[in-house]
Amino acid sequence: MAAVTLNEVGKVYAGGVEAVKGVSFEVADGAFCVLVGPSGCGKSTLLRMIAGIETISSGTITIGDRVVNDIEPASRDIAMVFQNYALYPHMKVYDNMAYGLRNRGTPKPEIEARVREAARILEIDQLLNRKPRELSGGQRQRVAMGRAIVRKPKAFLFDEPLSNLDAKLRVSMRVEIKKLQRALATTSVYVTHDQLEAMTLADMLVVMNAGRVEQIGAPLAVYEKPATTFVASFIGAPPMNLLPMTRAEAEALIEGAPLGVPDEGAIVGVRPEDLMLPTGGARPPGSIALELTVGAIERVGPETFVYGNMARGDGVIVRLPGQVAPASGERVSAVAPREKLHMFSADGRQRLSG
Amino acid sequence: MKRSVFTHRLLPYALLGPQIAITIIFFYWPAIQAVWQSFLLQDAFGLSTMFVGLENYATLIGQPEYYHTLVNTLIFSALVAIISLSLALLLAVQADKPLRAGGVYRTLLIWPYAVAPAVAGVLWAFMFQPSLGLLARGLREMGIDWNPLLDGNHAMTMVVAAAAWKQISYNFLFFLAGLAAIPRSVLEAAAIDGASPTRRFWTIVFPLLSPTTFFLIVVNIVYAFFDTFGIIDAMTAGGPAKATETLVYKVYFDGRLGGDLGGSAAQSVILMVMVIGLTAIQFRYVERKVTY
Repeated sequence: MAAVTLNEVGKVYAGGVEAVKGVSFEVADGAFCVLVGPSGCGKSTLLRMIAGIETISSGTITIGDRVVNDIEPASRDIAMVFQNYALYPHMKVYDNMAYGLRNRGTPKPEIEARVREAARILEIDQLLNRKPRELSGGQRQRVAMGRAIVRKPKAFLFDEPLSNLDAKLRVSMRVEIKKLQRALATTSVYVTHDQLEAMTLADMLVVMNAGRVEQIGAPLAVYEKPATTFVASFIGAPPMNLLPMTRAEAEALIEGAPLGVPDEGAIVGVRPEDLMLPTGGARPPGSIALELTVGAIERVGPETFVYGNMARGDGVIVRLPGQVAPASGERVSAVAPREKLHMFSADGRQRLSG
Repeated sequence: MKRSVFTHRLLPYALLGPQIAITIIFFYWPAIQAVWQSFLLQDAFGLSTMFVGLENYATLIGQPEYYHTLVNTLIFSALVAIISLSLALLLAVQADKPLRAGGVYRTLLIWPYAVAPAVAGVLWAFMFQPSLGLLARGLREMGIDWNPLLDGNHAMTMVVAAAAWKQISYNFLFFLAGLAAIPRSVLEAAAIDGASPTRRFWTIVFPLLSPTTFFLIVVNIVYAFFDTFGIIDAMTAGGPAKATETLVYKVYFDGRLGGDLGGSAAQSVILMVMVIGLTAIQFRYVERKVTY
């Protein structure tokens, strides 16, 4: 068990493409860190650099108290779960799990004990004599996890391990991974492009975009105070409404004390779930109001999404609990309390309020 | 399978026609001729022909020379298959690594396949030529009294080298394709699992290549049995003292040079049965894939 520390880590490919640009963060011992971002943001490259199957162009990676830049993957004492599971197709489940231990010269009785123990934890005891091709996707996923945990490594690395599973299985495996990680208390770095997975699994969220870190923090802190418009739109579904406005336009939204919008204008953000459509004219004091013409309505059962348009043309999504919603074409006023507003600099790179 | 619909009833037959005609004229017709011929006894000038039943086969089985040639063929085939497969695998594993100008390297390795067997034979014969050959000189300097014109083992070494060299390209291509089919992440997982490159090769790569290897073993045996006629004829003509005579060469030697058409036909029928057997094995296993 050990902390994983990245210091100004960069990756430049042979063709000159800069996949990772000076990333630094520390995953505390036993913590669950999720790297999240759109495809091509460098999160998988970063994970592969921690694993040692991708070289490090600049900066240092430390696992425990060792800088591992020049250490072979085998000697880094980490285990990795791959997106396509990467099971050895010609070996039985038992041998798949025992392979890493055999390579390290673990005595036979201990291998047996550890494989059985891991199989019991993951409930794959009855599959030990099967070949990977005889298993379902979910079972293969479990074997891949088993292969990681038998080694009792210092850190687990997960590379989008759930993206090949169907939606239902993904949810249940997500819960199990979390439970397992809690029980083993092994430092974990988990890569995903799915913000829901990221929010539910992470102790520490690292949001990446175009090779850079956009924000690091606890999932709810990131949700509540996104550092940039990128994070604001990436974390949370449906994404935050982001409205670029001049100073005058922004100040006109609010009653009472001014918002303090800078001269060059700002991007005003409000989450769909923070907007309400109050019936009657009564508008809570100190709130903002967006005048909308209702377009599409999506009812998904427990909640309803209302897609409206402002007179200026900006689309705004309102998320309402239940199934009551205005009719399409109706004009409504979407209201949010002042403290739920997010304000970003005009270029979206900086958070101004809160 | 997709079912095609033809507008005219005869069109499918017309389309199949040329292929069937070629198969019948160049395969079935000579094959039937050979089977018929193997029951006949003809004098050297073709003036009289007599039906003798299985006598040609009986003579063959009673002939110690035939077994000598059979053993020769087995040794030759085994050596050619082992040498060309292992060298091709070695080269393919090296060429599979990310290399600068890897494409050039791979292309150059495929070239020998385009060399005609007889030309390959002449090239190697020249290199091994006792008084002029480059390789022969090297061997002499190593203290070997190199003389493939007199020493049967030397002659065998020479034809094996040429035949194996020519087959390396073919094997290389298949091994390269087989290696490309192994998912990168499986090898990465093995690296993280602490397997050294050598161990990774023997415990992961080699077993995963087994379907390709099995296919190539069959193909190489067929090659060594039947397609090396040109090499042997150009290099040693089966000599010295029949030390490099294979079954196919004996068919040619006895029938064409020796004038024993019946005996030669009987030999080719036996060879035909062998090919059918090998092909059957190949289809049976390649269809089902070697299980891993």
